[in-house]
This record gives sequence, C-alpha cells and structure tokens, in this order.
Amino acid sequence: MLDITDILQTVQMIQDECLDIRTITMGVSLLDCADSDVERSCQKVYDKITRLAKNLVRTGEEIEAKYGIPIINKRVAVTPVALLAGVSGGDPVLYAKALQKAAETIGVNFIGGYSALVQKGFSAGDLALIRSIPEAMAVTDLLCSSVNVGTTKAGINMDAVAMMGGIVKETAAATADRMSIGCAKLVVLCNAPEDNPFMAGAFHGVGEPDCVINVGVSGPGVVRAALARAGKDLPMNEIAAIVKKTAFKITRMGQLVGTEASRMLGVPFGIIDLSLAPTPAKGDSVAHILEEMGLERCGGPGTTACLALLNDAVKKGGVMASGRVGGLSGAFIPVSEDAGMMEAARCGALSIEKLEAMTSVCSVGLDMIMLPGDTTAEVISGVIADEAAIGMVNQKTTAVRVIPAVGYKVGDELNFGGLLGGGPVMPVNNFSPAQMIGRGGFIPAPMQSLKN
Amino acid sequence: MNAVITVVGKDAVGILAKTAAICASHNANIVDVTQTVLGDIFSMVMLADVSKLSGDLSALSSELSKMGKESGLVIYCMHEDIFNSMHRI
Repeated sequence: MLDITDILQTVQMIQDECLDIRTITMGVSLLDCADSDVERSCQKVYDKITRLAKNLVRTGEEIEAKYGIPIINKRVAVTPVALLAGVSGGDPVLYAKALQKAAETIGVNFIGGYSALVQKGFSAGDLALIRSIPEAMAVTDLLCSSVNVGTTKAGINMDAVAMMGGIVKETAAATADRMSIGCAKLVVLCNAPEDNPFMAGAFHGVGEPDCVINVGVSGPGVVRAALARAGKDLPMNEIAAIVKKTAFKITRMGQLVGTEASRMLGVPFGIIDLSLAPTPAKGDSVAHILEEMGLERCGGPGTTACLALLNDAVKKGGVMASGRVGGLSGAFIPVSEDAGMMEAARCGALSIEKLEAMTSVCSVGLDMIMLPGDTTAEVISGVIADEAAIGMVNQKTTAVRVIPAVGYKVGDELNFGGLLGGGPVMPVNNFSPAQMIGRGGFIPAPMQSLKN
Repeated sequence: MNAVITVVGKDAVGILAKTAAICASHNANIVDVTQTVLGDIFSMVMLADVSKLSGDLSALSSELSKMGKESGLVIYCMHEDIFNSMHRI
C-alpha cells in the first residue's frame, strides 16, 4: 500500500527540489562500421546510429510522461572515433560531420565519442584525430570530444599532455566568436570510464556490448533540501546517513527509468551513474550542499572534507539501489554549471588550487572553469598533468575541461546559456612549467598499478 | 496498473468533482481517495486504475495539469511504480 507521505515527498522532490534524471545515454559500438574508405565508413556510422537510436528521444519522452519525472537529456555515446580513423585514414573531421548529422536526425542534444585513448602512446588514428579536434569542435555544435592521457595502469603520456594544452588553445581560438565554446565540449581525462553517460567525456568503450542504455541520475537539490530540514547541530556521521538515504531514493528512480527504457528500446541496460550533477538552476547546486553542511562559502577551509563525505555517502546509498553501478559515480564540481560554485568563484572563496584539492575526493575533475584568454598552452598542460597525476595515484577518474576564452580576462563574465551555464573568468597561477612540459616522455605507472 | 494523482492548492468549490470528471472522461477508475484541508490549502491524493484508459496516460496527465493551471492548483499524475521503487526495498 502506498503511503501518503511518501507520495507527497516524491512530488515535492520533483516540483520544488529539481529532482530529475539527468541523462539517458545510448552507447553504440561503431566497430562494425570501420571501412578502408572514409566516406563509406562515415555513411555506415550515420546509418547505424540513426537505426539504433531513432526512437531514443521519443522513448525518453514517453517515460517522462508515464512517471512524471523529467528526463533532461537524451544522448548517444559511440566507440572512440580514433579507432575508425585509424582504419579508414582520411580526414577525421568527416566523422565529426557524420556524427553531428546523425545527432540532428535523431534529435539528441549531444553525441560523444570524438575520442582517443592515448595513455600509453599514439597510433595513427589517434594523432590524426587529436590534431583535428579544434576544427571538429568549430564545425559542429552537438559533438563532444575527449582524450584519455593517463591511467593508473599505464602512467601518464606526457607527450599527449603537452599536445592537449595546445589543442585546448587552438579549440578556443577556432570558436573565439562564440566565447570559445568549443572548449566546453572537450575534456582531457585520466582513468576515463568506458560506460560514462555524462558529457563531454562519454564514449562507448571497446569492452562494451554492441548497444547499451546507461542512465545518469541527478538530484543535488534533493540532498540539499534534506540536509536543510535536518537542523544545524547534527553530527557529521548523521549528515552522511541522510545523504545515503536520499541517494538511495534518487538511484531507485534511475534504476526504474533505465529498466523501462531498456525494455521499450529492446537494448540491454548497462549501468546507473550515481552522480550528483548540478545545473545552473536555482536550488540545484553541489556547492550549496557543502554550504548547507555548515560552510560559510564553498571553497573555504573544510570544503574538501565535506565533499569527501558527500561523495562517499552518495555512492553508499546508491550502490544498494542499483543492479549495476558504473560511469563516474560521485559528485560533480563544475564551476559554470553550478550557481553556488559561480558565487563562490566571484567572491574569491573558490580558487583553482582549492578545486584541484577537491578533485582528489570527488568523482571528476577541474570542470567548466573559465580561464583568461592569454593563458599559455604550457600552463594548461601543467594543469592537465597535475590533474592526471591525482587520478593516476588515487586510482580514480580525473579530468580537465577548461575554457581559455579568447579576449576575456580575470573577472569578466561568460554566459554560454542552457546547461553549460556561465560565470566569472578565474585567475590561474601563471608561473611557467614550459621546460617540464617540453620534456615529453611519460610518467611511469605508480606502485598502485602493481596489484597482481 | 494504477496511477497516483496529487492535487495541491487553494481550497475552492468543485476541485474533486473536476478531477474526477476528467478521470471519468478518460475511463480511469478511481479506486481510492484521501484528502485534507489544512487552513485554506487543499491537498488530495487519488489512486486511479488506468489499465482500461481510453487513450494513453500522458493524455490524462496533460489534461489534468492543464485544468490545474487554470484553477490555480498543482496537479501531478504519475504511474505508481515510481513510488513503489523509491520507497520500498
């Protein structure tokens, strides 16, 4: 029998606390589309995506209507395109255009997988793809790109790190007329998961089935509201218990939606990504959860500890609610997509160095940070190297998605609109790592990798 | 297969009647109703059997929420599975 307080609680979560399913992402393998002719390969890519995902958006909308739960994004993630580019040769931008066209045809709002995995070195397709990223990001608007430069097992490819600093700068320049938005669709990863449903890092790993449905849940607003009701003098362990219970409920909803989507589309259900993903909307902020725990401002002393508790409790609550957990699973801390992070950055409470510390205990990394347009490629490479080192040593995913916005300086405001949000340009430490970055080579895998 | 319909808003004459009329026009059979009026806030939760609906659930849901907007009420119509999965282990 349904309990009336349970019913009203669910309604309140959706109505007042921004509870939603952040994304249903269909993973599609393109390995069988590889062809020695690039044009034919692109045609097969387009045909396969539009065949498998043609009902994805409509199915998402039907589930929204049936359960009354908003499903914000419907997306597609594909096999890293560098693999196809390696087989076909030719200009990888042709794949970018084919993916963009497929995304427009099926009506998804992003397609991910313009990616290369180069943690241990480059193959032919990898280099061609990475060099084409600035142009690909300029001529498309729905395509997301990612490059994995390190893993705990392989160490960090410092040649790739050096290269990516320059690629980020070139991507900013190629989209300078649109506030360098190309960089918002480009992420550099360490320990990239192969089943991540969230952009910009989503791609469909080679160990995945031919086609799969992954679901990313959300709900920072629900967690914040639960903590607000809990009172100011609860010990931290009880705060953790509240987060766990809330995460359990949010994840159960994700499990229901994923199972239903998988049934309706006739595609196996992959994983639930237990992530607290903020949006710029009022009340949907991870920073505000941390402040609700008792911080004057996110970014001040105590922030890393609060985030560690939050990240761990979300996983503990979510893991029991789901049959299979994967992806990034943890709290995201993007600056431009989180109203509380934006405020904290504006008033000087939050610095890039503090964000770096926070990434050692949260799920992802330096995400959606606006940098001055004159930041050098070497400084960006240095930031990438630091983040990758945190991921490599701690056996977790880390990432860098920074936007060195051409023509903007510290304190200027950017506004991308929609889920990408906006915010202030933050100061970055400009002492040069150029000599270190110029060395190239690789950072050997740490002792943590030797587990066998 | 049941749907849960929640209605919250300022109390007025005929809220229950209007909601029930829309359910009837879609062939949704109301199996349980609970309502309270706290001060002048009206709150109602209705359980309706929607297995023999004349159309689909989203049509019922959108007509209810349209009526809600016109009458200054917040009305949600959701499949009961969401509550079962969220609140039951």
